[in-house]
Amino acid sequence: MAHETKQNLAREFAAIVGDDEVMTGETDLHAYSYDAAVLDPVVPSYVVRPQTTEALGQIVRLCNENGLPLTVRGAGTNLSGGTIPHPGGVVVLTNRLNRILEINEEDLYAVVEPGVITSRLAAEVASRGLFYPPDPGSQTVSTLGGNVAENAGGLRGLKYGVTKDYVMGIEFFDVDGTLVKGGSRTVKCVTGLNLPGLMVGSEGTLGVFSKIILKLIPPPRAARSMMAVFGTIKAASETVAAIIAAKIVPATLELMDNFTIRTVESFRKAGLPTEAAALLLIEVDGHPAQVEDEAVQVERICRENGAEDLTVARDSAERDIIWQARRDALPALAKLKPSCVLEDATVPRSKIPAMIEALTEISKEYNLPIGTFGHAGDGNLHPTILTDRRDKVEWQRVEQAITAIFERAVQLDGTLSGEHGIGIAKARFMEREVGAGTLAYSRRLKMAVDPKNILNPGKMV
Amino acid sequence: MADIHQLAQQFKELDDQLVNCMRCGMCQAVCPVFSETGREVDVTRGKLALLDCLADELLRDADGVNATLSRCLLCGTCEANCPSGVKVLDIFLKARAIMTGYYGLHPAKRAIFRGMLANPRLFNALTAIGSRFQGLFTKKVDDLLGSSCARFNAPLIADRHFNSLATTPFRKHVASLDTAAGSSGLRVAFFPGCVVDKMYPAIGDATLKVLKHHGVGVFLPENQACCGIPVLSSGDRQGFNRLVEINIDRFAGAAFDALVTPCASCTSTIKELWPRLYDGGKVNTEAIRLIGDKTMDISQFLVDHCGVAASGEQPDRGTAAVTYHDPCHLKNSLGITAQPRTVIKASNVPLIEMQEAGVCCGCGGTFNLFHYEMSRKIGGRKADHIESSTAKTVATSCPACMMQITDLLSHRKSGIKVRHVIELYADSL
Ligand SMILES: Cc1cc2nc3c(=O)[nH]c(=O)nc-3n(C[C@H](O)[C@H](O)[C@H](O)COP(=O)(O)OP(=O)(O)OC[C@H]3O[C@@H](n4cnc5c(N)ncnc54)[C@H](O)[C@@H]3O)c2cc1C
Ligand code: SF4
Ligand code: SF4
Repeated sequence: MAHETKQNLAREFAAIVGDDEVMTGETDLHAYSYDAAVLDPVVPSYVVRPQTTEALGQIVRLCNENGLPLTVRGAGTNLSGGTIPHPGGVVVLTNRLNRILEINEEDLYAVVEPGVITSRLAAEVASRGLFYPPDPGSQTVSTLGGNVAENAGGLRGLKYGVTKDYVMGIEFFDVDGTLVKGGSRTVKCVTGLNLPGLMVGSEGTLGVFSKIILKLIPPPRAARSMMAVFGTIKAASETVAAIIAAKIVPATLELMDNFTIRTVESFRKAGLPTEAAALLLIEVDGHPAQVEDEAVQVERICRENGAEDLTVARDSAERDIIWQARRDALPALAKLKPSCVLEDATVPRSKIPAMIEALTEISKEYNLPIGTFGHAGDGNLHPTILTDRRDKVEWQRVEQAITAIFERAVQLDGTLSGEHGIGIAKARFMEREVGAGTLAYSRRLKMAVDPKNILNPGKMV
Repeated sequence: MADIHQLAQQFKELDDQLVNCMRCGMCQAVCPVFSETGREVDVTRGKLALLDCLADELLRDADGVNATLSRCLLCGTCEANCPSGVKVLDIFLKARAIMTGYYGLHPAKRAIFRGMLANPRLFNALTAIGSRFQGLFTKKVDDLLGSSCARFNAPLIADRHFNSLATTPFRKHVASLDTAAGSSGLRVAFFPGCVVDKMYPAIGDATLKVLKHHGVGVFLPENQACCGIPVLSSGDRQGFNRLVEINIDRFAGAAFDALVTPCASCTSTIKELWPRLYDGGKVNTEAIRLIGDKTMDISQFLVDHCGVAASGEQPDRGTAAVTYHDPCHLKNSLGITAQPRTVIKASNVPLIEMQEAGVCCGCGGTFNLFHYEMSRKIGGRKADHIESSTAKTVATSCPACMMQITDLLSHRKSGIKVRHVIELYADSL
């Protein structure tokens, strides 16, 4: 782009948001060239930070008028390259659009701007005796806009669902900067197309969110956590199936494989069984009587399915110990090697043993350490490949291993990504999972609402 | 000025440490500077990414990167919470040193770090002169806090309310000590640190009173030098090496069970940074490591080695409550949070927790000097929490935090006292 045009556009952005909120210096631009995915950085030409949603709309329009590729960025924690900008494009930050506009305790919803941090909403809601369940591992930094655009999940997905289950309504700007509204503050709403549904998981490619209406629920009154130790992965996943078959839906049902158990133990020294093939970490919650009853049943099912040992947390300190082990999984694995690639292949629950077996084979075949933990209850596993991204030869094997993981997941009727999104990282696999027709339909949809292809081009479709 | 390619080569040497950052962005939740500005260049992830870019010569704006490096409190909060265990402070200190090599050390800093701090006798003499004349330049603002603000608007002083230099530095009336172990059977080396010496001699006196009370022998050699943290954070590794050498020379060879300091910054510098960053080659690294292993915060020493425990009885109701601020250099660098609280409870005063007790006060050593406005903003939150705790006294374990908090509270005329934990304990004896 000619220097002069660049200057002029910078001035136009500044006229909307003020001089301080337009960044064009080399250092600032490089700081918005990456996200949490292990991918090569791409440097934008401008970074713009609106303070009001009106300004946000004007920026979108200006970008469209000038055919400038626009990438919205929340906290930049997505793991698929969704916020890596298009070369020469514009990064629009939402972290100053961070007001909680309303928490309605009568009608059980919250209205937020897209830059509100997930855990801040959750805490604010909790202080009023209500509950916002989606809890991605990144919740202390991730934004609700990013959560909606990635359809983020979390530990509680099994019982409480994921972000999409909480989006009641959404307002967003189309490429002309016109405000579009979908959904409402009511539990029921069939007025028009299901636009909130379209926006969920859209990864910034279909519209720029300015306001989100989220459903709230009453919190469970009691909870009970336990940890069960298994000699084989198969026994652990049969236990998962048996718990569900008994019509019990735990809030959380997490699995850690032997590699992860050993790594976490050498990191925290909390006394985990390093010989175990698998651990299940389970929490049931709800009405105290129901919790009491379900906890007893889950305990019985674990034992019947070959649990070698079982600990039930008697108080909150013991509960913390159990969940600390799960929270430690990623940090402990991450410390083993310079780089770690966190995958999120997802298979139907019953296919977990087959998937874990496949992962063991892949780890051997490509000679790469892979630790697997994840949401056993919903089949969403996080095989974590440990590597050093500077080692070019090994990196080739990592890429092959990722392809292999994906192929096995799809063979097992699973999916590419349970919650981390497609972005740049997995775009090349899309067709194999969804087919050419689906991809073509998605592209036509995208071209219809974004003819100049300015909204996060190169992502997903 | 060396060329940018050479600079890149030097940053390449940090590669083994830089590569551990997985760009997860979790540091955004804890970095006090980022929470003010919300800009990626201000958070750890951004700074590390920029160093990577510089090393790979993808980015040539050394000035820009240098500026972002200075916008950091070196509070270590990010390092303490980093899931990937990135050695952030090591990287930042080394990066600052590389930058200083590239740009040269600011002449004023050179004079102070290489001349004055490395020459304890001269430093002492100059501050003595300084304290005699400072009355001319400062006026009393808040008698309760004993802070002074600049009477004339010196640019670097702005409208700070800082504690005046003590008329009699601690080391002036206690130049050296060498007493044998008493009833405890223990003997410590005492490292008061510059701020205690020049600004808060009462903390030094309180420490000696407490050690005596517990029958602990004290070895206090003459002319100790600065621990080196201000020098190191300005990127002067040569000056830092010199200070380590002087100090090792003063302490090595003496017999003591522990080296105690009432200054969190000195404690963490001696323990963590001397062994990791000294590269002068003149003193034996084993000697440095040994001293580091023996070094501890005064409260930690009292609780872990002298059996100081929280008193079981209810403090008398007349006593106003105390709240505790965790200095970054104790909490983040060394994980010490319990012992200072125990010492407060042992002082027969009620302790009430403020919100976010473990969040940085915004001082950050030279950060306060060069980014005063931001430092004040970060500190504003701390001051809010101190005030809303309803305590009448805020206690902490680091004299540098005390200076910052004094500045904050004095501006607000809060009427809340700022004390060191050891002073409270000494009062109760
Ligand atoms: C340590 C760690 C743990 C994680 N754990 C989980 C987990 O448990 N579950 C899970 O699902 N994910 C997890 N993630 C992934 C990531 O945190 C989520 O995808 C999160 O939703 C991203 O939020 P963000 O604010 O960082 O969005 P960003 O990364 O900034 O953006 C993500 C996408 O959203 C788009 N976007 C953002 N704001 C808007 C807007 N206002 N309008 C339109 N599009 C927008 C962006 O363009 C981009 O495509 C984890 C990541 C890390 C690093
Ligand atoms: S938390 Fe640690 S690994 Fe994650 S981005 Fe920050 S410095 Fe890097
Ligand atoms: S040391 Fe403190 S100020 Fe510096 S990057 Fe880390 S958290 Fe932020």
